[in-house]
Amino acid sequence: MQPELEPILQDLKNTFSARVSEFCGDVCVNIDAEKIVTACQKLRDKLGFTLLSTMTAVDLWPAENPRFNILYQFTSVTANLSLGVMVDIPGTDPSLPTITGVFQNANWRERELWDLFGIKFEGHPDMRRIMMPADWEGHPLRKDYPLGYEEPQFTFNYKEIDLRKPYAKE
Amino acid sequence: MTQLQEVSVEEIKHLVSERALQGDTVLLNMGPQHPSTHGVLRLLLELDGEIVVNCIPDIGFLHTGIEKNMEAKNYAQAEVMTDRLDYLNTVGNNLAYSMAVEKLVGLDVPVRAQAIRVILVELQRIASHLIWLGTTGLDVAAMSTFLYCFREREAIMDILEMCSGQRMMTTFIRPGGLWRDVPVEFEAAVREFIKVFPRRVDEYEALLSRNPLFLDRTLGIGKVTAEQALNLGMTGPPLRATGVNWDLRKTRPYSGYEQYDFLVPTRSEGDVYARYIVRIEELRQSLKIVEQALNKLPLGPVRSNHHKFVPPPRSEIGVSMEALIHHFKLWTEGFSAPKGAVYSAVESPRGELSFYIVSDGGPKPYRVHVRTPSYDNLQALPHMAKGVLVADLVAIIGSVDIVLGDVDR
Repeated sequence: MQPELEPILQDLKNTFSARVSEFCGDVCVNIDAEKIVTACQKLRDKLGFTLLSTMTAVDLWPAENPRFNILYQFTSVTANLSLGVMVDIPGTDPSLPTITGVFQNANWRERELWDLFGIKFEGHPDMRRIMMPADWEGHPLRKDYPLGYEEPQFTFNYKEIDLRKPYAKE
Repeated sequence: MTQLQEVSVEEIKHLVSERALQGDTVLLNMGPQHPSTHGVLRLLLELDGEIVVNCIPDIGFLHTGIEKNMEAKNYAQAEVMTDRLDYLNTVGNNLAYSMAVEKLVGLDVPVRAQAIRVILVELQRIASHLIWLGTTGLDVAAMSTFLYCFREREAIMDILEMCSGQRMMTTFIRPGGLWRDVPVEFEAAVREFIKVFPRRVDEYEALLSRNPLFLDRTLGIGKVTAEQALNLGMTGPPLRATGVNWDLRKTRPYSGYEQYDFLVPTRSEGDVYARYIVRIEELRQSLKIVEQALNKLPLGPVRSNHHKFVPPPRSEIGVSMEALIHHFKLWTEGFSAPKGAVYSAVESPRGELSFYIVSDGGPKPYRVHVRTPSYDNLQALPHMAKGVLVADLVAIIGSVDIVLGDVDR
């Protein structure tokens, strides 16, 4: 761990009762879901983490509480530091407050999480699907969503498979 | 799939201005099949005459579920998917993935492999910037640059083919080192390129840098300030063009970048021209790195000899029982990584490219997330495009240098 991170982590521990973990040199703090917006505000304005590098989720299915770990990865370009912030949310009706008001690029990242994981972001200005078609059912990156496959068509079964193919019909 | 759904104005009502609903402005589709959108990017434009009032990007046409697919493959197989992310920076994607896996399992990479990695990644950066330069030239109606750029890119493609047998999808960099050592002709080919290329960069500059037509189309267009750029998550040349000196090769050196002497070009204007100048200068700096790395290319192995993770050489399998067992285990089951999660970032030609890999202790990654630079850079487009002309929008898209495979994953 870089020594510059220590006072920042101490600060986060005091204000947000964060739990700190470290693996392979990556520092990650766990905080409660309802504090995420104020934490982001503080990280950006007071602690110098002006870049939200990425936002992603991990599905822990079949575990239900918590089911999703949401990772916010922050970078400080002035102090050259990295910090992950992790939020745990349950599997039933998963939702989080949006941070688009603090980091503008969270907009597409949150849409992606809605599209691929089915996590709702309250107060998001544009909660539509982003990767999948608008009429898609299900959220593909969830662990209970099976990885599909396509049966190869050969001469002997060409017609049979063709009949089952989902073409756009008139 | 039941029925095709009509997309109505209702769904995007919150994204356009009031005037669009009254019919004062026009909604126009640009793409997904449009030569200046650099791939399958669809833009929904709200136009007041020639002026862009709102620009709504629609992505996902190239979404191939790479993250989901990687969860179903072991660590060695999953690497093949990374080539397909950003297809102009395939070697760089391999490096980013390999470094994340190496960090997760704690592998050391021999110095020769590190130096060859740097040479190949920098050559790939040059190739990627050349495509950008050529297509951006086309966007602003400079036809000839495109042809010259592709001539030089071909030399780099030949070098990659010489090493790996493939022009684009190389998978040459593997966790723990390289697939194999470079052939004997490699050094001569790279030296030839180093000899020719500086003159060629001067030629491109002579064509564009002070060309009044080019300046008209680029100066002061698509401006972003440093603060905005960071808030929008921009990285790479578009961020450096706003004056933020942030290059992971310098700030967090990896793969031996700390040994090489190079500059990180920055500009302060943050417009299309600034991004152009930054990338042109990066061409020269990358070549400088290639030359230094080639001059002090150390001898030695190119693969880690930790055979729990890296396959033993073919020659050992016939004489060593352990090698045979390792070979069998690695090609049937794959290696298991310790339980945990790593985040590892490199500087791609487009910005910060990072892999977030979660392992549950098994031979397959539990979750892989790729932070692709084009995704965030493209997200800034609506902010840069407010109030510009449609023709300038084309120049702005070109200057952000997006690769849709990188955006959609």
